Amino acid sequence: MLENLTYFVLAMFVGREVISKVPQTLHTPLMSGSNAISGITIVGALVAAGMVGGLWAKWIGFAALIAATINVVGGFMVTDRMLQMFKKKEKPALEAAKSGERIDGQAVEKAGVKRE
Amino acid sequence: MATTIINLAYLLAAALFIFGLKRLQSPATARGGNQLAALGMLIAVVATLFLQKILTPVEMIAGLAVGGLIGVILAKRVQMTSMPELVAAFNGFGGLASALVASAEVARYITESTPLDFTTTLTIMISVLIGMVTFSGSFVAFGKLSGKISGNPIDFPGMRVLTLLLTVGSLAAMVWAVMGAPDFPAVTDPVVWSVVGLSALALILGILLVIPIGGADMPVVVALLNSYSGLAAAATGFVLSNTALIVSGALVGASGLILTNIMCVAMNRSLLNVLLGGFGQEADEAAPVAGAVEGKPVTATTPDDTAILLSYAEKVIIVPGYGLAVAQAQHQVRELADLLQERGVEVKYAIHPVAGRMPGHMNVLLAEANVPYDQLFEMDEVNHEFDTTDVSLVIGANDVVNPAARHDKTSPIYGMPILNVDHSRTVIFLKRSLRPGYSGVQNELFFSPNTRMLFGDAKDSVTSLITEVKEL
Repeated sequence: MLENLTYFVLAMFVGREVISKVPQTLHTPLMSGSNAISGITIVGALVAAGMVGGLWAKWIGFAALIAATINVVGGFMVTDRMLQMFKKKEKPALEAAKSGERIDGQAVEKAGVKRE
Repeated sequence: MATTIINLAYLLAAALFIFGLKRLQSPATARGGNQLAALGMLIAVVATLFLQKILTPVEMIAGLAVGGLIGVILAKRVQMTSMPELVAAFNGFGGLASALVASAEVARYITESTPLDFTTTLTIMISVLIGMVTFSGSFVAFGKLSGKISGNPIDFPGMRVLTLLLTVGSLAAMVWAVMGAPDFPAVTDPVVWSVVGLSALALILGILLVIPIGGADMPVVVALLNSYSGLAAAATGFVLSNTALIVSGALVGASGLILTNIMCVAMNRSLLNVLLGGFGQEADEAAPVAGAVEGKPVTATTPDDTAILLSYAEKVIIVPGYGLAVAQAQHQVRELADLLQERGVEVKYAIHPVAGRMPGHMNVLLAEANVPYDQLFEMDEVNHEFDTTDVSLVIGANDVVNPAARHDKTSPIYGMPILNVDHSRTVIFLKRSLRPGYSGVQNELFFSPNTRMLFGDAKDSVTSLITEVKEL
C-alpha cells in the first residue's frame, strides 16, 4: 500500500512537470490523449474478465473491457486526427507589391462613417 | 517469470506514456507523442493477453473488437466542433471502466473466497465512487455540450441539500463496506450491497455535480472530469496493486488538475465557485436590445465597410469565441484571413484560455481550417500587440474582451484577465445581437466610439466579408 502510494505521488509530480509545459494550443489534444491513457484500466478489465473469477466477475469485467476499449481506441484515434491538423505555416508566396498599390484614403474614411 | 515480463511491459508502457506526454509540448512532435503513448497501451494490452492466465482469449478479443469498433466509429465521425462532447463521453467510458473493474474484483473475491483487508475494501469503494461520478458527470456534460440537455445552469430547490445527503450516504456506504470486510468471505452481503448502493449514489451525485454548471464554465468541468477519470484509474490500480494503472492514472489526474487550475485562473474564479454553479444565465435570444436601455448609441456597420477597413489595415487581430464554433465559421474565417494576408495585412489570432467549451477548443477548430499554429497566440503573448493593431475582429466572443473586468469592481467578471481589444484602433464585433455574454454582464465595449457592430450569424457575416474583400 505504502509502495503504491509512493508511485502515485511521484507520478503526480512527473505529470505536473511534463504537462505544465504543454502550450495552450494543444490543450484539447492533451485532454483527449491523456484521457486515452487513463483507459489503461483496460488491463484490469482483461484480467477481471479473462481469469478465473466466476460468472459475475467475468461479465462485469467484460462490460468494463468494452468501455475501456472505447476509451482507449477512440481516444488515441481522435487525438491523432486532431494532431495531424496542426501545421506550421508554409512559406506563402506573398505578393507584397500588390498590397501597396490599392490604398485608398477615401475608402478607409468611408468605413469610419457611423451608421445608426 | 511471466509476472516479471508483464511488469516490465507495464513499466515500458508507463515510460512511453510519459515520453508521449512530453512530446505534446510542441505541435511539431505532438503527433508522434500520441502514437508513442498508443504504442505503450498496445504493449500493455498484448502483454496482459499473452502472459496472464487468460482463460477465454477468444471472448477477450471479441470484447476488444466491439469496444475498438465503437471507438473507431466515434473518433472518425466526430466533427471538430463537437470535440468537447466526444472527449466528455470518452471520459465517461473511462470512469465506468474503472468502477466496473473494482466491482468485478469484489465478485472475484467472493468466487475465490479470498478475505478482504481494510485497504483493499477502501480502495475498491473509492474507485467505485470516483469512477461512477466520472461516468454520470461526463455524460451530463456530454448532454449539455451537445445541446441534448439545456446548457443553462439547472437548479431546483433543495438541490444542495440533496447533494449533501448523497455525499453523506456515499461515506456511509464506504464505512459499511469497511465494517463488513472482516467477515467477508463468510458473509458477503454488507460488502456487495454497499458497492451496489455506492454505485447508485455516486451515479446521482455525478449528475447533480454537473447540472448546475452553465455552458461557458464547461471547460473547467471537462478538465476536472478528465482529472477524475485519471484518479479513478489510479484508484483501480491500488485495488489491483497494478503499478501501470497507478502511474498512468496519476499522470492523467495531474494533467486534468493543471488544466482545471489554468481555466479557473483565466476566469479569476475559484474551483468551488465554478462547482457551486449558477453563475449568470445565458440571456434570452429574444431579450430586448440593451443599447437603448443604457441610452448609449451603438454603431452598426455593414460588410462592405468592414471589408474596406480590414483590407486597408496594417495589422488585424482575430479574436474567436464560442460563437465561432456554434456558427461553424472556422473555414470562412481562415479564407478571410488568407485574403487579407494576400493584400499584405498582418493577421494574427488571439485566443483566450477559456474561449470555447473546452481547453484549446478554438485552436483545434482553427487547425481544422488549416490555420497554421504559429498564427495563433495565447493571451499573454499577444496582449501588448493590441496597441499597434488597426482592427480587432471579435467573432463570437464577449466576456473575454469586456474591459469592465479591468476597472469595474462591481462587475461579476472583475479581475478576470481579458484580451485588450479595446486598445486597438477599431474593434469590430461579429454578433447576432447586443445580448450580454455568459456572465450576464453587458459589454461596455459595444458602446465605445471606436467599436462597430456587424450583426448577424458569424458564418454569414464572414462569408459576405469574403465577397466584399474579393471585390475590392
